[in-house]
Amino acid sequence: MNRFSYLRATSIDEAMREAAADPTARFIAGGTNLIDLMKYNVERPTRLIDITRLPLNGIEETESGGLRLGALVTNDETAFDSRIQDRYPLLASAIQAGASPQLRNAATTGGNLLQRTRCYYFYDPETPCNKREPGTGCPAAFGRNRIHAILGTSDHCIATHPSDMAVAMAALQAIVHVRGPGGERAIPIADFHRLPGEHPEIDNTMLHGEIITSVELPPDGFSRNYTYLKLRDRLSYAFALVSVAAALRMENGTIAQARLALGGVAHKPWRDPAAEAMLQGQPATEDRFRAVADHILKDARGYQDNAFKIDLARRAIVTALSQAASGTPQSQIDKRIQ
Amino acid sequence: MNASRKGSSKLETVPVTLTVNGETKRLEVLPWTILLDLLRDHLKLSGTKKGCDHGQCGACTVLVDGRRLNSCMAFAVMKDGAQITTVEGLARNGDLHPLQQAFIDHDAFQCGYCTPGQICSGVGLIEEGRAHTRDEIREYMSGNICRCGAYTNIVDAIEQVIGADAEAGR
Ligand SMILES: Cc1cc2nc3c(=O)[nH]c(=O)nc-3n(C[C@H](O)[C@H](O)[C@H](O)COP(=O)(O)OP(=O)(O)OC[C@H]3O[C@@H](n4cnc5c(N)ncnc54)[C@H](O)[C@@H]3O)c2cc1C
Ligand code: SF4
Ligand code: FES
Ligand code: FES
Repeated sequence: MNRFSYLRATSIDEAMREAAADPTARFIAGGTNLIDLMKYNVERPTRLIDITRLPLNGIEETESGGLRLGALVTNDETAFDSRIQDRYPLLASAIQAGASPQLRNAATTGGNLLQRTRCYYFYDPETPCNKREPGTGCPAAFGRNRIHAILGTSDHCIATHPSDMAVAMAALQAIVHVRGPGGERAIPIADFHRLPGEHPEIDNTMLHGEIITSVELPPDGFSRNYTYLKLRDRLSYAFALVSVAAALRMENGTIAQARLALGGVAHKPWRDPAAEAMLQGQPATEDRFRAVADHILKDARGYQDNAFKIDLARRAIVTALSQAASGTPQSQIDKRIQ
Repeated sequence: MNASRKGSSKLETVPVTLTVNGETKRLEVLPWTILLDLLRDHLKLSGTKKGCDHGQCGACTVLVDGRRLNSCMAFAVMKDGAQITTVEGLARNGDLHPLQQAFIDHDAFQCGYCTPGQICSGVGLIEEGRAHTRDEIREYMSGNICRCGAYTNIVDAIEQVIGADAEAGR
């Protein structure tokens, strides 16, 4: 690991100012992603700004009837907060499906959104990687790519975003609040992460020096008809191969509103508004769910090791929509899929 | 290890106060010192184990302000002021912690390498109070890998302590 200087920030302004002044400075919160990457020499910040003492650790009511999650609230605190469990059980469930109790005790709202891909080549500085070193190539496209993307890939990068939390937030249409030298911005989560395109080195639309202050959850938490279905190589403590966050509003057996977000399949939580519209006003039938899945996956492209994800995603979408419609969300304890 | 030492060549330490197993320690640490390495190499508390060094196994689990954390994924400077409990600090007046005793009673280890992490994690789990069934114990212990596969007996040991606590109305 490289040497760095350390600052324990005492105010948001100080943290922002210090970061803006130094292009190689990084904020550190839970540290569970940044320290990992530093140990592999993938990240080599010369200055670390510890933001864990900043007052960004509360969960508060918003004026519109939603909740505001501070950037430093830990994933464990969020997942087991009674307001989150009552009003946003989809978010609680997705967080519980991720990482381990120890990691969730450290991981924060902001850090989770900003965690980087788990692509094997990205993690290994001995290999080329466009995301780590722009212009060097993408060995994953022709190499090992079991965990890689099937949607929204580019010739430059086929990595996925690994977060479970962000997938639930995408379905809930959360808003990420950031503050930077240029002032405050509210970024809809759909516009927060980006597709790799020609610039896979850029994961999201934040600017250097900006700090996430909170994530706002809109009032509608779809707390009756939801599920987070995560499929992976072992039942716990593993990243998603495919995950589906489904949130429905049911009226007299018909779907009045639908939200679907997929994890493990793209460079960002994957949403398809046209597919969601196909559910609106429809009865909850498996035929309909299959048509929706086909629509979402019509442009999916499999690579050498991950073509199985297309079928897996298709079945996961149908199962998740059935679970959500019947009000029987996937248990994150008993892993059997019903 | 050689990069970016340009600028000043002096390595700047940072003062840090930690209470480790009830004892307050004032230390000067380099910013990149990992909590796990501080415990093992500087404080000679080698009970806490290094398995993967990347958050993937749980062998390094300790309790920080009562909550279980992977000490390999934490810079010591960031824990200034914290109370840290390692496996060495669980016994009280020479009596093993009930979970330590339960691990012995249930033969909940083979090589023992994952055991300090399992026990600290289990103590954290019991404190959290969320696990009541075997399935819940299994899921909430999933951050601790045991290469020897002592899982069944580990769940037995934790179940014994949770059961005894429930009977005693704790
Ligand atoms: C073994 C292992 C398994 C895991 N499994 C899963 C899983 O199954 N599902 C899953 O979703 N995740 C998983 N994770 C990832 C984990 O959820 C993330 O590492 C964690 O959420 C990152 O949060 P942090 O606070 O520790 O971030 P840090 O490591 O502190 O920071 C990450 C990045 O965010 C930046 N940052 C942090 N906070 C802010 C802020 N407020 N403003 C601006 N920038 C900020 C930092 O500069 C850094 O670049 C796993 C991790 C490990 C090690
Ligand atoms: S998929 Fe992206 S992150 Fe992985 S090697 Fe290719 S460019 Fe790098
Ligand atoms: S050594 Fe820390 S999790 Fe493996
Ligand atoms: S007892 Fe050997 S690794 Fe668990």
